[in-house]
Amino acid sequence: MYETQYHRATSVEGAARLMGEAEDGKFLAGGMTLIPTMKQRLASPSDLVDLRRIEALKGVKISGRTVRIGAVTSHYDVSINEELAKLCPAIVSLAGHIGDPQVRNMGTIGGSIANNDPAADYPSALLALEATIITNRRSIPASEYFVGLFETALGSDEIVTAVEFTAPDKAAYKKFPNPASLYAMAGVFVAKSGDKVRVAVTGAGENGVFRLEDAETALATNFSPSALDGLAVDPDGLLSDMHASAEYRANLVKVMAKRAVAEIANRPM
Amino acid sequence: MAKVELVVNGRAVTGEAEDRTLLVHFLRENLGLTGTHVGCDTSQCGACVVHVDGRAVKSCTMLAAQASGSTVTTIEGLSPNGELHPLQAAFRENHALQCGFCTPGMLMSSADMIRRHPEGLDEATVRLELEGNICRCTGYHNIVKAVLDASAKMGKGAVKAA
Repeated sequence: MYETQYHRATSVEGAARLMGEAEDGKFLAGGMTLIPTMKQRLASPSDLVDLRRIEALKGVKISGRTVRIGAVTSHYDVSINEELAKLCPAIVSLAGHIGDPQVRNMGTIGGSIANNDPAADYPSALLALEATIITNRRSIPASEYFVGLFETALGSDEIVTAVEFTAPDKAAYKKFPNPASLYAMAGVFVAKSGDKVRVAVTGAGENGVFRLEDAETALATNFSPSALDGLAVDPDGLLSDMHASAEYRANLVKVMAKRAVAEIANRPM
Repeated sequence: MAKVELVVNGRAVTGEAEDRTLLVHFLRENLGLTGTHVGCDTSQCGACVVHVDGRAVKSCTMLAAQASGSTVTTIEGLSPNGELHPLQAAFRENHALQCGFCTPGMLMSSADMIRRHPEGLDEATVRLELEGNICRCTGYHNIVKAVLDASAKMGKGAVKAA
């Protein structure tokens, strides 16, 4: 790892100020991507501004059906939140299956979506749930937030402070993880509220997370796995690598979407 | 340089380290606690797992400066009274180690797992939750057996059985 200067922020304002003073700084949350990347010398920020100890960014707040998850809330803390499990079990289960237990103990929702890895789990949930990403400056709809591969609408010194969404009537997330890295080779989040269905795909798109609108239309009239039998997922624009071709991923997307719908259809609530 | 203040295995320690120093190097080189191992350079193998504020983390993926202010337990502190921890005894009993390099991380991850599952463990859960720890000798089978054995001997699963 190249040299760097570590700063611990105690407030969001303080963090923004520290970043303003840094030559080429980066915000640090759980560090589950950033630290390994720095160890490989693929990133060499002059300064690290640690957000993880800022109290205002921690925790899950629920009021009615509105859920607000603080940016530095760990995946583990989301995964064991009983109140959230009653309201939106899909996101609790998603958080409980990110990486391995050590990653879940440190990794945060804010870090995951600020990095916007094309195979990260949370982006699919936030897009399908039509979540709002709240920063120290503004609120950004998920549909405008995820811009491309590792690219978001965030400015260079803008800080994600929380994400907020209205719990759907029903939702499920199914992924096919790469057996070695545990990142999604295809992950599909399906959310249903009334007649509206949202289907978002991670792990497969060349430009990161995307909505699968053909599936949404099919499921809006017939919410069952068989409604997706005729779905043709276009491999054009999907990732192709040593783990899976675009065609293989296209099929995985369809299979994961059907599994997610099946889970919702078979769930008692 | 960063000032690092920790409570490690019940003892308050203060030291100085470069800001980029990883927690695992601080533990091994500044404090001489060489039971925590570095097995890979890519945050994958889990040989470096310690508990930070009661939770299992890979100490090769956290800066010492990030950990400052925290309570850390390493393999040297797993059993403070000098006797084998039930997990260590179960690893010995079940022949859950060969070369032993991954064992400190396996033990620390397993201790965290058992704590998180007071209802008891089954084989599938143990295998899933050892995802972050790699062993190149045993084929995992005896490690899984040892974790299940220790969990039962530590009185976990009584709720499930009742």
